[in-house]
Parts: sequence; C-alpha cells; structure tokens
Amino acid sequence: MKRTLPEAVDPSLFTFAEFDENASERIGYSNYSYWRSTFQVFKKNKVALVATWILVVLLAFTFVQPLLPGQKSPTKINIDPATQMQMRNRAPDAEYWFGTNSIGQDLWARIWSGTRTSLLIGIIVGIIEMVVGIIYGALWGYVRRMDHALTEVYNVLNNIPTTIILLLMAYILRPGFRTMIIAMCVTGWLGLARFVRNQIVIIRDREYNLASRCLGTSTWRIITHNLLPYLVSVIMLQMALSIPSTIGWEVFLTYIGLGLPVSTPSLGNLVNEGRLIMMSPELRYQLIFPTIVLSIITISFYLLGNAFADASDPRNHV
Amino acid sequence: MTKYVLKRIGQSLVTLFIVVSVVFLLMRLLPVEGYFGDGYDKLTPEQRTAALQRMGLLDPWYVQLGRFYLNLAKGDLGTSIIYRRDVPVLEIIAPRIPYSVYFGVAATAIALVFGLALGIGMARKKGKTVDKVGTGYIVLVNAVPSAVYLLFIQLYLTSFFSLPLLFDRYQVKSWILPTISLSLGGMAGYAMWMRRYMVDELNKDYIKLAMSKGLPEKKIMVRHVMRNAFVPMAQYLPAAILSTISGSIYIESLYSIPGMGGLLVDVIQRQDNPMVQALVLIFSSVGIIGLFLGDILMAIFDPRIKLVKGEGSR
Repeated sequence: MKRTLPEAVDPSLFTFAEFDENASERIGYSNYSYWRSTFQVFKKNKVALVATWILVVLLAFTFVQPLLPGQKSPTKINIDPATQMQMRNRAPDAEYWFGTNSIGQDLWARIWSGTRTSLLIGIIVGIIEMVVGIIYGALWGYVRRMDHALTEVYNVLNNIPTTIILLLMAYILRPGFRTMIIAMCVTGWLGLARFVRNQIVIIRDREYNLASRCLGTSTWRIITHNLLPYLVSVIMLQMALSIPSTIGWEVFLTYIGLGLPVSTPSLGNLVNEGRLIMMSPELRYQLIFPTIVLSIITISFYLLGNAFADASDPRNHV
Repeated sequence: MTKYVLKRIGQSLVTLFIVVSVVFLLMRLLPVEGYFGDGYDKLTPEQRTAALQRMGLLDPWYVQLGRFYLNLAKGDLGTSIIYRRDVPVLEIIAPRIPYSVYFGVAATAIALVFGLALGIGMARKKGKTVDKVGTGYIVLVNAVPSAVYLLFIQLYLTSFFSLPLLFDRYQVKSWILPTISLSLGGMAGYAMWMRRYMVDELNKDYIKLAMSKGLPEKKIMVRHVMRNAFVPMAQYLPAAILSTISGSIYIESLYSIPGMGGLLVDVIQRQDNPMVQALVLIFSSVGIIGLFLGDILMAIFDPRIKLVKGEGSR
C-alpha cells in the first residue's frame, strides 16, 4: 500500500537532513552491513586474495581451454606419421606441452579435461553435502522429538572411519562417476550437520525465537529466517573445503582400483597413471604435472575457504 | 565417574552392534563374483545358484545375520575364497595385526608429542618464523591430498636419504619413513588445535590478571593455559585415531607393509568378499573403540565432568 502525504501538508516545509556523524553517534546509529564488513575483512587477507585470483584464472582457463585453437583431444591416441607408431611417453616439447602418456595421449589436454571432471565431482558432492547437512542439522537441532533417533544415526556413521565407508560403497556399487558421488556423499555431510545442530541448539531458545514461536511462526520459517543466516560462514567454509577433500578421496579411490574408468580423464586417474611409471626418472613429468595442477587447486580452495570463514565471522568485524 | 564409564561402554556396545549389523547387511549387496574365485565364468547359472545356496547366501537376511552372530561368538569370521582359498580369515589376519598395531601406536605417539610441541611453540611465538613455517606445514598437509604428498615422500625421500623403497621387516631403516608418514596428518591436526586453543586461552581475562600480578610466564603456561587446552585436545584424540586408521590403509599398501590396511586394499582388488567383510568389521570396531577411549580420556582430563557427577576432589 503506497502512502502519499495528505494534500494539506506543504512539501516545501520539509528538507533533507545532512548526515552528521556526531548526531548519529548520539542516537547510536550504525551503518554496519554484514556482507560489506565480511568483504572488507576478506580484502585485508592478501594470501586469500592471491588464492582467489589464481582460482578465478585457473577455473576460467579450465573451462575455456577446449575452445581455444590448436588444442588436442584428451582421449585421442596420437600416431607418429613417419613411423605409424603410437607416440608413447614423448617428453614435453613445443607440440605436446606436457608430453604424452604411455599410450600416446596428449597430457596437456588430459590434465585440463581431468580438472573439469574432478571439479564437477567436487561441486556436485559439495552441493549435496550442503543440502543434506543443513536439513539434517536443522531438524536435529530444532525438533526435539527427533533428537534421539538422529543422534543414533549420526553416531553410527561417525564411528566408522570415513575411508572404510567410502571403500565399502565403492566396492558394493560398480565403479563409476555416480558411485563416486554417492560414496563421498554418504559421510561428507556429517561435520556440517553436527555444527548446524550445535549452533541451532544454542540460538533456538533466545528471546527473539521464543517471541516468533509465540506469534505462531511455522517451524520451517523459523529455521530458514531466524536460524540459518547465522550459519552462512560455516556453510561457505564447508563448500570450499569439500572440493579439496573430494579430489583427495578421488585420488585415493583410484589408487585402490575403485576410481573412474581410465577412459575418463580425472585428476585421480592422471596421478595414478603417473604413479605406475614413477620409477623411471625421465617419465616423472607424467606424475609431476598433474600433481602441480591438483595442488594449486586444492591449496587455493583451502586458503580461500578458511579466509572466508574468518571474514564472515561477525566477531572478526571491527 | 564409574557410572559415566559404564554408561559409555553400554552406548559403545549398542553402536558396535548397529554398525556390525548394518555393515553385514550392506555386504549382502556385494557382487556375487566375490564368492567364486577364478572359476566364475566357467559355471552355469544353475551351478552358481547351487553354490550360493550351499554357502547360505540365498537365505533370508535375518537368518544370515543370526548365523553370522553365532559364528562370531565362536570366533569364526568365515574363510577366504580368493586370497588364500579355504583358509580361515582369522588365520590370515592374525600375523598381520602386530604390524598395524605398531604403526598405529607409534604414529599416534609421534603425532601427539611433536604436534603438541609444535602447537605450543607456534602459540608462544605467534606471528614469528616458527608460527609461519608451522602454518605453512599445516596448510600443506590439510590442503594437498594425503594420497599425493605421501607418494612424493616415498618417491623422493627414499632416494634422498638412501632408504629402502619398500618395507622389509628385517631392515630397521625401512620402518622409519612409513611411521613418520603416518604421523604427519595427525601432527598437523594436533598443532593446529593446540595453537588455536592456546591463543584463545591467552586472550582470556584470568591470564591477563595472572600476568599483571607478576606470575612468571612459565608458570602461567604450565598451570593455566596448557591444563585448559588439554581438554579439547583429548576430544581430538579419537578423530586422530580414526585418521590414523585411514592413513594406514594407504601407507601399508604403498610400502607393502604386511599389515591389515594393505591387506584390505589387496582383497578389495581381488574381490574376496569374506575377507573384505571381516576387515571392514575389524576397522569399524577399532574406530568405535577409539572414540570410546577418547571420551573416557576427556572425562579424566576435564575436572568439570567429575564435578557434575559430584565426585572428585577439586
């Protein structure tokens, strides 16, 4: 409903007031904005800024790379035109920037293709973990009747080492893209759920929530509007850290032999291929190049996630 | 205290029961090739069904579960099918336990001692070189997948210090690198938590009071800061034990150590279902026991838990 000044009031009688710092001090006015303060604290962290830029450039490049001119296919086996032989284990040169692997595929193209696969897994797993973790944690913390049952489920999953659950899932289901995602999602949400629960238990009985409940606000609305905004920082941290950890688990599962098929390049596959031939020093570039790209990605995400978690914690705002 | 321990034991047993049952039932979903060995392709579907019937795998799940618990009570975990045909699983696992126990205990001890020392050093010299180097180490270990940096440690440090590449029980030198590798993750975790808690504690008012009344710094550190910081550290111990278990699976396989972790990788690759099942159950039980011990330790370290129970002298 739009309100207009009554005709009788003469607008010329009113003027806009200038912003006066002294006066605002007296009435306790604050122009504090959560997101602006978060951003300001984040900007002060130089390491995190560098990590952010590296990530932006790297991610942009990863997705643009196949569209650039002169790129080779990551799965094509290159044949030497002179000898009609596969160009196996060719050291890095002007034609093959990162060399070729043991069956003559271009390592440069495979690394970027593998990065895309691994990032995709990381992002999907991260999103699922976030959704499951938040919903589970919110119900666990807020709905008292479910507390006991949900605690039991948490205890059972949390008591088994993550590696074991991962191995079990990957072993029971057939190795593949979907299996990998399911296996990683089974345990990934536990930490987030526990944190969300603890926070919600702390803030659910504060006065403003009591007031909300008395006014008849629905549980769903209290959770989404009154409680979850407190948890933004942890949720973002979890999101950022799930990418390095999924990449790590993927390398591990591939090592065990439960990873993606070799025909799908992924960072795990590339590291594992490199590991198989690491004993000959002149071929080690096949292990080292994927590792460098992988490490840059995981370290950047880790630094970024931690810096953002620090910055979004209101206690660190001045 | 006794009441708390008893209650916690009961809770662990219930969890153990649920975990074992769930894992056992999940195992029923395994690919059936794992029950046949090399001959799988040669058998007709009827022969396969007959063989599964003979092993009791076509019975309803509750019958299988009941039989499993009966056998477990007799100390029977089944027999291997592929890894070493018809040999009882326990017979295969038993000689491997000492290796896993040694590496697990040694690595946890090293991680605890050096991790706490590093964390304390970092907190006392906050912002100085020690702190920066330590932070770099923690970031590296946490961010880079362990599957990657452990591989590089094996590849480069063995040749750098001219240590043997694979484990050999008669060669003491070959024990060094796996033990250290296994402790790296836990060490970083301990250092990180210890530093964080010490920094938090140092900013508290009672420490400022102690300082302003002229208590020597050493006394403040030992009497106040560290005592309080140990409580959350005890809480972290179970997580460290769990991560050591996980780490041992990779490291034992990497260095060909004849322990249980390396065995698990082996039998997964060869798809030997009874072996996988037995090892998964053992590892899960170790995890539950680890968490249980961590909770008990915390109750011992934390005077407040005793006070609530109305016991203790403090």
